Amino acid sequence: MASASAGSKRFREGFREAVPFAIAGGMLAVSFGVVAQQAGFSAGEAILMSLVVFAGSAQFTAVAILAAGGGAGAAISAATLMNSRFLAMGAALGPSLPGGPLKRAAQGQTVVDASWAMSARGDGTFDRWFLFGASAVQFATWQAGTVIGALSADVIGDPERLGLDALFPAFFLALLMAEARTSRARAVAALGGLIALTLVPITPAGVPVLVAGTAALVGLTPSARADAAKGPR
Amino acid sequence: MSTIAIVIGGVAVTTAAVKAVGPVALGGRDLPDWFSSVVVLLAPALLAALVVTQALADGKNLAIGEETAGVTAGGLVYWRTNSIIWCGLVSAALTAALRAL
Repeated sequence: MASASAGSKRFREGFREAVPFAIAGGMLAVSFGVVAQQAGFSAGEAILMSLVVFAGSAQFTAVAILAAGGGAGAAISAATLMNSRFLAMGAALGPSLPGGPLKRAAQGQTVVDASWAMSARGDGTFDRWFLFGASAVQFATWQAGTVIGALSADVIGDPERLGLDALFPAFFLALLMAEARTSRARAVAALGGLIALTLVPITPAGVPVLVAGTAALVGLTPSARADAAKGPR
Repeated sequence: MSTIAIVIGGVAVTTAAVKAVGPVALGGRDLPDWFSSVVVLLAPALLAALVVTQALADGKNLAIGEETAGVTAGGLVYWRTNSIIWCGLVSAALTAALRAL
């Protein structure tokens, strides 16, 4: 296990490397604050949701369903499905977390998409202190952005015209390009994308991303296992 | 309790539960070889799915919109510059510019 100082160094590195994601997340949170108010949330309710949920896509999903006249059950189920990719991410992360079940469950709360992907060491394990740092800065800006959006919804108007919704897919694409350095990884990415696109019209939102994770089962082929046994890339 | 309060509480609880399942079930174990070789490929699979569902779909419809062009341009910029900042700036700016047309 890493020493305390090594842990705090990795925490700071994760914090620093996630700053672009945190800035983008902050801007997206501003639009969440605005959109939530348009859906009937008070400023306090929008801020509370970001504080206790801290999962952007699930928050937008729940708010969109309420705005369209859906009930609490529909909003909660859809948001939960949207979060289902965290099952796969958490399973991958699990063996890298020390401590008893409660401590591991608490550490698992820090998983957000970008932090999870960035903290992967490339050998199937994860750098948990890097993950905590990368999520900490994103948590801070997510809260700050929500407060700004919720308190100035009237001034900001329609957030979509600013193009902020392109930020996260663009960042995920950049992470993917940095991550997929082998031909096998690129093939799995193509397969995952294809699975997701195929499922978009026929399954509830969130399910396509979770099922796309099955593309990683390519890792069970003998050649992939032989490469993994050689160690990190 | 209002509908909004129920939704906030409900989503908070299910999000925490979903994030806890993997770490609780699989924590503190040694990685078998097959697990590592699958996990290594999980990030490319999930990241690609996040990109296409956000850039090429609008709800349940497959759609090419202004953000598709913005994300593509951001990817090209990252490929040429390795800069995540420029990738983000170009993607948002192009998307906003196309929407303003």
